Amino acid sequence: MNSNSLKISNENLKRRLNAERRFKFYGVIAISLALIFVLILFTNIISKGYSAFYRTLIEIKIEFNDKVQPEMFKQMSDTEINKLDLYSFSKKNIYSNFPNIEKKSDKKKIIKLFSIEFEEEIKTYINKNKNNLGNTINLYISASDDIDQIHKGNYSRDIPEERRRVSNFQLSIYDELVGQNKVKFEFNLPFFSRGDSREAELAGLGGSLIGSFFTMIIVLLLSFPFGLFGAIYLEEFSKRNRFTDFIEININNLAAVPSIVFGLLGLGILLNTFELPRSTALVGGITLSLMTLPTIIIATRASLRSVPPSIREGALAVGASKVQTVMHHVVPLALPGSITGTIIGIARALGETAPLLLIGMVAFIVDVPSSPLDPSTSLPVQAYLWNDSAERAYEEKTSAAIIILLSFLILFNLIAVFIRRKFETKW
Amino acid sequence: MENKVKVCVENLNVHYGEKQALFDVCMDINQNEITALIGPSGCGKSTFLRCLNRMNDVIDICKVEGSIKIDGQNIYDKDIQVEKLRERVGMVFQKPNPFPKSIFENVAYGPRIHGLAKDKTELEEIVHTSLKKAAIFDEVKDRLDETGTSLSGGQQQRLCIARAISVNPDVILMDEPCSALDPIATAKIEALMEDLKKEYTIIIVTHSMQQAARVSKKTGFFHLGNLIEVNDTETIFSTPANDKTLDYVTGRFG
Repeated sequence: MNSNSLKISNENLKRRLNAERRFKFYGVIAISLALIFVLILFTNIISKGYSAFYRTLIEIKIEFNDKVQPEMFKQMSDTEINKLDLYSFSKKNIYSNFPNIEKKSDKKKIIKLFSIEFEEEIKTYINKNKNNLGNTINLYISASDDIDQIHKGNYSRDIPEERRRVSNFQLSIYDELVGQNKVKFEFNLPFFSRGDSREAELAGLGGSLIGSFFTMIIVLLLSFPFGLFGAIYLEEFSKRNRFTDFIEININNLAAVPSIVFGLLGLGILLNTFELPRSTALVGGITLSLMTLPTIIIATRASLRSVPPSIREGALAVGASKVQTVMHHVVPLALPGSITGTIIGIARALGETAPLLLIGMVAFIVDVPSSPLDPSTSLPVQAYLWNDSAERAYEEKTSAAIIILLSFLILFNLIAVFIRRKFETKW
Repeated sequence: MENKVKVCVENLNVHYGEKQALFDVCMDINQNEITALIGPSGCGKSTFLRCLNRMNDVIDICKVEGSIKIDGQNIYDKDIQVEKLRERVGMVFQKPNPFPKSIFENVAYGPRIHGLAKDKTELEEIVHTSLKKAAIFDEVKDRLDETGTSLSGGQQQRLCIARAISVNPDVILMDEPCSALDPIATAKIEALMEDLKKEYTIIIVTHSMQQAARVSKKTGFFHLGNLIEVNDTETIFSTPANDKTLDYVTGRFG
């Protein structure tokens, strides 16, 4: 070969190199498209949802009088204060913040600027500060969802008045309050602690967060041990015959079954036959476990299979029994893979909605559940419920619920990746 | 002077499903000697070796007929406990396969499951002795906590030998123990085998005829599942009785 033969190119080689370049180009296009879509999705959700994480408060002045005196609160316990009827007292005090308004219909409109629970918020304030109350107090109470949306700029004022939920009169009062610097934003802590509500400014994720938490605990407790030991038995101990082949095919099929089918199973067997309590995290957890189980079994079997046979031989050769070999050497090496599979399975279960609709976890539940036996919803179902609600304020809450859900999913996946990296064994 | 017969194999037939891997193998293996098994790939020498500690049991389709007696006891008898058998017949594999655990744990595992040590000091004693016998103690004594897989290939193989002798076996089976090692590591293992044969009966499968010639007292030549010839190593390499053996040892096939 002379030195030039490496440099002279011919038609054939050119074609090959071009084909290679084209192939790389297609790959780059595919990846970029996928990334662009993910970016659009995230920007859309975050831009819609971030405003749900803070809320609007309006400052009002409260004057105590002969009937409602600061001194009388000092002797009362929290529950006693909560039982007091301060409704008309609160209402009158709110009116007196707007001395120019005298018409009764206008007063009603003013009350609508505030959250429907203004009485409770005033009581909470009194409870917190009962030992150092002056004769007049200034406190911030929540704005109604409509004012909240207007203050956040989510709700356009350009809509004609007859189609707007906030009248021109209310807007003028709101502007006045803003002018007096009496409207402020605050981090929306109640959004994470409260249950669902028909009043948009009160509705929170708390109930569904706890519901999802209980559901995932049930899923973890049921599917991880069963999945792990099922996989160990099938992979290490069972003889290969038609029966085990049949089981294997069915496990693989189960992983591909549409999730709603599991919901039907939960409805038919858990609710109707065993009469377990409807709408509970327990039933939701059992139903979702059925869905997660094949994922865990398949992941665990794959990681058991990737443990080199030489490790098994090494243990057997020093006289370990089959169970000792598997439990002392094979399973510890396969565990990271199994845990990764479990986390990914649980992340999938966390985002699952359809089966939960069928077992009644879609109900409107105000109370935050305190055990897996209480009726509850879950994060994705809450997003689904809010998405169905008419009020404008639920739109940001829907997106906020999805942001929280996605953050958990990303967190789970990061943990899975971390475990895989950290415990990856090199032979 | 002939040593006493340790392992006595009679009419050993092994089938993998339809395929027969060994045909009527009969062989006596002497105590405190190194016996080498040579032959081309797929000739059945590894299968034969794995019959001696019943490692073939884990393969479902493998059927073993005939008898293998160790100290007069047939290891394929129904009431034989395989775990006990493997305690007496240790094995070292082609590719070093230490457990991905600490060096100490690698050696301590066998004694622990067999309950050979009463307490921690005894266990340490066993681990240290085994590592010393395997001529690796000096190299690893300061880092017994490091993982076995962090050692070099030759060290890993000696660690595996330490693991095999930790349960105090009579017989050590070696399945091409040096095929993954460089010549220096190989030389160390060979020197080690020379030491070990004083205490143990060693059977080694090897592809290197020089190695067989260097280390073994007796050599068996396998071909297509038959034990063609077994004799003193010197005879096998100089004046074998069978033409096939001659062809193989002189490099004409294989």
